[in-house]
Amino acid sequence: MELLSNLALGFQTAVTPMNLVYCLLGALIGTLIGVLPGIGPVQTIAILLPTTFALPPVSALIMLAGIYYGAQYGGSTTSILVNVPGEASSVVTCLDGHQMARQGRAGAALSISALGSFVAGTFATLVLAVLALPLSELAFKFGPEEYFSLMAFGLIGSVVMASGSMLKAVGMIVLGLLLGMIGTDVTSGVQRFTFGVSELADGIGFVSLAMGLFGICDIITSLEKREKRDLLKSKLTGFMLSKEDMKASAPAVARGTLCGSLLGILPGGGAILSSFTAYMIEKKIARDPESFGKGNIKGVAAPESANNAAAQTSFVPLLTLGIPPNVVLAMMAGAMMIHGIQPGPRVVTSNPALFWGVIVSMWVGNVILVLLNLPLVGMWVRLLSVPYRLLFPAILLFCCIGLYAVNNNTFDIGLTALCGLLGYIFHKLECEPAPLILGFILGPMMEENLRRAMLLSRGDPSVFFTRPLSLAFLVLAVAMLIVVALPSIRRKREQAFKEG
Amino acid sequence: MRISHPKDFLTGLLFLLFGAAAMVLSRGLSIGSAAKMGPGYFPFALGLLLAVLGAVLLWGSLLRTEETHPWPTLHLGPLAIVLFSVFLFSQVLKPLGLLLSTAVLVVMVSKASYEFRWKETLVNAAVLVVIVWAVFVYFLKFQLPVWPSLIAG
Repeated sequence: MELLSNLALGFQTAVTPMNLVYCLLGALIGTLIGVLPGIGPVQTIAILLPTTFALPPVSALIMLAGIYYGAQYGGSTTSILVNVPGEASSVVTCLDGHQMARQGRAGAALSISALGSFVAGTFATLVLAVLALPLSELAFKFGPEEYFSLMAFGLIGSVVMASGSMLKAVGMIVLGLLLGMIGTDVTSGVQRFTFGVSELADGIGFVSLAMGLFGICDIITSLEKREKRDLLKSKLTGFMLSKEDMKASAPAVARGTLCGSLLGILPGGGAILSSFTAYMIEKKIARDPESFGKGNIKGVAAPESANNAAAQTSFVPLLTLGIPPNVVLAMMAGAMMIHGIQPGPRVVTSNPALFWGVIVSMWVGNVILVLLNLPLVGMWVRLLSVPYRLLFPAILLFCCIGLYAVNNNTFDIGLTALCGLLGYIFHKLECEPAPLILGFILGPMMEENLRRAMLLSRGDPSVFFTRPLSLAFLVLAVAMLIVVALPSIRRKREQAFKEG
Repeated sequence: MRISHPKDFLTGLLFLLFGAAAMVLSRGLSIGSAAKMGPGYFPFALGLLLAVLGAVLLWGSLLRTEETHPWPTLHLGPLAIVLFSVFLFSQVLKPLGLLLSTAVLVVMVSKASYEFRWKETLVNAAVLVVIVWAVFVYFLKFQLPVWPSLIAG
């Protein structure tokens, strides 16, 4: 059993005292971040990235991964208790979770979200472990044609998953690809679109772009809203689930886990989309769809399991193919490169202890979260009573300091302000920034593979259609586009996003 | 000419502008051929694609439709204050040092909230200066200019 020996190696790495401490630290910080609205895993990883420079790569990655799935746990707590989604992927949890809390069943809602997440996390860890080897072996057979088509497939995927106009989403991808071209061209060494600014020779910093488009833009738009939060002052009791609760939610957890595991692997998918989809599925197959939104426990169990499963399986494309499927995983890719590890199929063979250690640490982290989260709920809620007017200057400040620390220069901070302005314009024009970020990350890789493929084929573009794997990806991408463009499905898709 | 979908109209304009700019700027680089692509080939193609997408959006937004869509609503106050504070922080970090810059940023940016109060903001700034010093300077030992350059020399 190769899988067992691999997992054993993972355990040896993950449960050393030092790595346990970093796993705990990451999970705790992640939960804290998940609780606070307006600051997500992207900003946190950016801020904490410089602090991990001194650590061994395994510990650093274990901690950063902990932040990611910890944030999924934390986000649900505030969705249920105060109707504020701390994390975008917890938006749907508000619908039924907060209603349950209003009916005095906050304890049950929190329990099922923690248990569901744990089950999902365990299953997703296994999926990751099982898929890792075959997928990375497959990746070794990839030529530049396959890589190019796979990336095109991933980008189209992010269009389908984005809400709103598809034309706009495609445009955002292209804009992202273009922004990725800024800097020195790897092949020829020529500087492109730098306007003679020496700081741009290495391109726009990924952290600056992500922080501007998400972090700073979020702060500005929250300040515009002027809304007050109502804090639920109910007693937290009854964490035990009744038999009926268990019976109702067990199948919902299973469906949510499967749905999340699957969508997490797809490029462009991830935690947000999977929680929406899981909720829609539950509502669709329920015998009493009208009870959703009024405190149905399935409406908490399914999306909470789904988002946690997806958070974990989204590591699959990064660790096996070297392609980050979403923004948070792009941050992880950046972190790996800073630590001298090129994400991709070679990680499994060249660095097995790191690879399996990180995978197993995710399961260990999930155990820690279940044990820690429920007792700490009171503390997280008290944290939320800090008003936003005191919180947002602190968030902005930590973002700025983190930005400076990545490269030790102030240019990146100014650039982030500019990206914040761009993000604000996109927000006002209802253009989603997520496809742009993916395009930005994949842009240089895509160009390189395109150039290599065309050089090998002497300028004949038909290679993309004659190699079977490459053709498969392209057919899938086109099929996805056609399906979404069909009028009946388009209407449903718009409805689904509206209900969220 | 009536604009029935202003947000699409403006997005189209933005895409067209960026696309055209990319095409013009790529012409300064060598384009090459499909078999031997120069540094300008891929950006030029992307610029063209973006411009076409922008044009389609523009065209669609001008078609007469039953429903009229609203223009985006802007609140320039928070936008200007937040962006300016971040920019200012980047400019004063080196001359004033981390602690003073922190105070400047917190006080400046707090004004962006409609619930701004002087006393509270000053306390918040003082607390954050202490936290920043403890976390980033004392524990994490970040390489940051802590004190004003005049004092630190």
